Amino acid sequence: MSDTALASGVALKPAQDALSGPRGPKPKRRITPANIILYSTLFVVCIYYLLPLYVMIVTSLKGMPEIRLGNIFSPPVEVTYEPWIKAWAEACTGVNCDGLSRGFWNSVWILVPSVFLSIAIASVNGYALANWRFKGSEVFFTILIFGAFIPYQVMIYPIVIILRESGEGITSFVRFFYEDAPTIRLMGSLSGLVIVHTIFGMPILTLLFRNYFTSVPEELFKAARVDGAGFWGIYFRIMLPMSLPIFVVAMILQVTGIWNDFLFGVIYTKPDTYPMTVQLNNIVNSVQGIKEYNVNMAATLLTGLVPLFIYFASGKLFVRGIAAGAVKG
Amino acid sequence: MKLTTKLLAATAMISATAASAVELEVTHWWTSGGEAAAVSKFAEAWNATGNTWVDGAIAGSGGTARPIIISRILGGDPMGATQLNHGRQAEELIEAGMLLDLTDVAAAEGWKDIVNPPTLLDACTLDGRIYCAPVNIHSWQWMWLSHQAFEDAGVDVPSNWDEFVAAAPALEAAGKVPLAMGQQPWQSSGAFGVMTIAIAGTEAWLQVNRDKDADVAAGPEYTKVFEAAVTAREMAADSNVQDWNLATNLVITGQAGGQIMGDWAQGEFQVAEQVAGEDYTCLPGLGVNEILDTAGDAFYFPKQDDPEIEAAQKEMAAMLLSPDVQVAFNLAKGSLPIRGDVDLSAANDCMKKGLEILAGGNVLPSGDILLSPDTQGQVEDLMVEFWNDPSITAADAQARYAAIIADAD
Amino acid sequence: MNAGPHRSPITRKGGEAMSAIDAGQGRTRAKRPNRLFRNKTAKIAAIPMVATALVIFIGCTLWTVYHSFTGSRLLPAPHKWVGLDQYERLWSTNRWITSIENLAIYGACSMILSLVIGFTLAALLDRKIRFENTIRTIILYPFALSFIVTGLVWQWILNPSLGLQNVVRDWGWESFTFDPLNNPEIVIFGILIAGIWQGSGFIMVVMLAGLRGIDEDIWKASRVEGIPTWKTYIFIIIPMMRPVFVTALVLIASGIIKVYDLVVAQTSGGPGIASEVPAKYVIEKMFSSQNLGQGFAASTMMLVSVLIILIPWAYLEFGGKRRV
Repeated sequence: MSDTALASGVALKPAQDALSGPRGPKPKRRITPANIILYSTLFVVCIYYLLPLYVMIVTSLKGMPEIRLGNIFSPPVEVTYEPWIKAWAEACTGVNCDGLSRGFWNSVWILVPSVFLSIAIASVNGYALANWRFKGSEVFFTILIFGAFIPYQVMIYPIVIILRESGEGITSFVRFFYEDAPTIRLMGSLSGLVIVHTIFGMPILTLLFRNYFTSVPEELFKAARVDGAGFWGIYFRIMLPMSLPIFVVAMILQVTGIWNDFLFGVIYTKPDTYPMTVQLNNIVNSVQGIKEYNVNMAATLLTGLVPLFIYFASGKLFVRGIAAGAVKG
Repeated sequence: MKLTTKLLAATAMISATAASAVELEVTHWWTSGGEAAAVSKFAEAWNATGNTWVDGAIAGSGGTARPIIISRILGGDPMGATQLNHGRQAEELIEAGMLLDLTDVAAAEGWKDIVNPPTLLDACTLDGRIYCAPVNIHSWQWMWLSHQAFEDAGVDVPSNWDEFVAAAPALEAAGKVPLAMGQQPWQSSGAFGVMTIAIAGTEAWLQVNRDKDADVAAGPEYTKVFEAAVTAREMAADSNVQDWNLATNLVITGQAGGQIMGDWAQGEFQVAEQVAGEDYTCLPGLGVNEILDTAGDAFYFPKQDDPEIEAAQKEMAAMLLSPDVQVAFNLAKGSLPIRGDVDLSAANDCMKKGLEILAGGNVLPSGDILLSPDTQGQVEDLMVEFWNDPSITAADAQARYAAIIADAD
Repeated sequence: MNAGPHRSPITRKGGEAMSAIDAGQGRTRAKRPNRLFRNKTAKIAAIPMVATALVIFIGCTLWTVYHSFTGSRLLPAPHKWVGLDQYERLWSTNRWITSIENLAIYGACSMILSLVIGFTLAALLDRKIRFENTIRTIILYPFALSFIVTGLVWQWILNPSLGLQNVVRDWGWESFTFDPLNNPEIVIFGILIAGIWQGSGFIMVVMLAGLRGIDEDIWKASRVEGIPTWKTYIFIIIPMMRPVFVTALVLIASGIIKVYDLVVAQTSGGPGIASEVPAKYVIEKMFSSQNLGQGFAASTMMLVSVLIILIPWAYLEFGGKRRV
């Protein structure tokens, strides 16, 4: 029901030439009243969006006394890198005082498999939904979309129970064949975490992939069928090579989401493998004691670097992918 | 080393098998400077026994840390030990058989004789078995006054609540906020609790909180409290900070006359290098009713299958209460030790005042022990609304409060 | 629901493709194979999706709804049946009512503003301007930051003694007052400012992508006809972009329902209970108050309200098509 409408609708144009360039009316002269209004509006808008980033950067370069006295917009009188060093290497999490650096690689190890698996599964889902519909496939898709509206926290306990039980189930299944097989745990392991990220990334990603694959010209698909290519053949030989933009979008969304995730990261890991966001939370969210705003801001910026870098680096590809995934269909 | 010998002895009593070094993961939410320093005292002591402390700090109590702790226990992947406020929070985990029974450690170590006040141990006890190791006492019953603010206003520093109320107009005239209040729910509810004990008296407080007597909650004693709270609300109207330590900072800098806050506020004064009696005054029980409630932190040990880990858990429980560790930890944390037989000469004036009251036996169990977290949550919701919305009258608030107490379990 | 008439155009297109292939299969095969085994690989490949939909989203939702009728406290207690008690308490709680009102205000404003701002910015960027890449990146980057960070920074900018108000006063406008986070009447708009800042860039990109998909000929035709630009946008372009708006709405709406971190970081629900939201109520009742049943009852109500909004809308959507 809802999904068909939201996901589908008019195919505006084939994906290939969708993004050849701006399509608005061409401005004729450089300096016209309209242009002045246009650019000054954009200028104000940019200030609104940049202001917080500016505040974060400026604050992270000030010392605490300066922060207490001055206003938050004034540039630092005395630039200090101390907060950055503290955030990266010295801030304490309980008894461990090695800052965010501790969690950086942990976050990477969590990120890579989670992004990979969630995208792999969602893209296959989208592909099946777009090109290989079967009875009921739309029903499952609808349920998935409703899933996007449920707050994660509500699902924590039931999922914990499901993971515990299925871990035990798998263990006893394996032990049925090999009696001294080790205990398999989904709870409290990286595999459990990857599964959880895959589940919660699924609704939006599947929506994007489904819409994208629907816009692939059906002649291609038919031709491949005539050549005898099957489900996987078409997926790997035709769909994948054509889908770089949407994979970029999916990757960006997942990298942002998983990198910023705190709740699942901390439930499914051990102190030695806590992701970076746990340290960030500990620095930013301490209930008691003095708030070191400069260290908070430096830590925030450091933690945000990975997704920010990906946004800046991917630039145009992101819009292209969104154009193809969110709009077509 | 004395401590080590004692620990070895304790271990030997508990089980003869635990000889090898064990890694125990400990989750807690002590992440601020002083707290982290305190935790590291535990970690050092534990590592000195040849075992390894794996630190699992997660900042932000309640909402943040608890789902993580419970999920791990529920999912069959428990940590070696975990901090929880003692009291009724862990009841269900105990009933579900998920926490380790420490009764034999307690017996071997003689906890019954050393833990003071004994209510702390009661909070760890369910059906006669002991399930947690209390490590410190925190008390809410304090008021902190800024000497500078009263000097600027040209009045003497008050010695009790009534004098404070009387001095409020002078403070206001001098451009001060009479009463600094953070706006988080637990602060609103805590300050109300302090006022209740001071104004309605311990008797009425116990009848409401322990016996859940809604008639008393609706009665005249409590009416006085709610009326006083309305006055306090007016005095705090201009205090627009969220965090408790920012409110404390208003007192430190002399912008506010005073603040009702627990003994942890003392750390802030210390950091600001203020001296008790010269720069600030601490009034236990608002100077009216010198009594302390005894909330605090405790460690619980989730059950694990491994006998080696279990032995180590018991060893750790014994260690947490040992005298040297208690002193080191509580001096760093600014809280009171759970045993009266240790030397705390290093403590400052306010802390010593607290110790005296404690030694005199003027103690109350804390709300954590008497009320379920659910009821506490409801009271907090009511209080934060009441403190921030001047349109709620004392009578309205009292009626709603009585209704919550009537439903409490 | 994917049967016949109520399909929007593209689904129909896909459907036709499928039926063409089905027809081809029909010709080569004499017997129709068992329905279950048709499309076998696709069905196997969809197992993770089906399992997630059934076990996680349906299963866990039912589990939650069931437990909302129990007196579960710290741990799920399926045997402590209490009927509708949790719901009675929920609806007699001031804080919950305030939360719902706040969500309604925040939701309506956020939806309208995100769409309007997103579309306007996209339209501005689409006018062959210079520095398009830079400006787009600037508008989009907040989306990379978490809500915790967003809330924290805006809490600071809106702090009267540190932030905006203070700066404007320093400039000489002494009576300037802008203190939304400490004013119960308008605190929700303080949160809105931050929420829009974080999310509108993404909506803008979605809109921009939609605009780029509009055929150049439409613009040419409207210019030939002499229709003013703003009229072209409102009466021609926007109706053509309907599916884009729908996608954007789903993205915005799913975010609105879940808004939690932002409020926690920015105001913790204060002053008083003036900026409480339902997700925060749910989470705090579940984990701080250790009353799972109450939290589940509240989250069930949230789900019901999602359904109440989505079902009539979907009905209109498809009901309308059927009549054509």
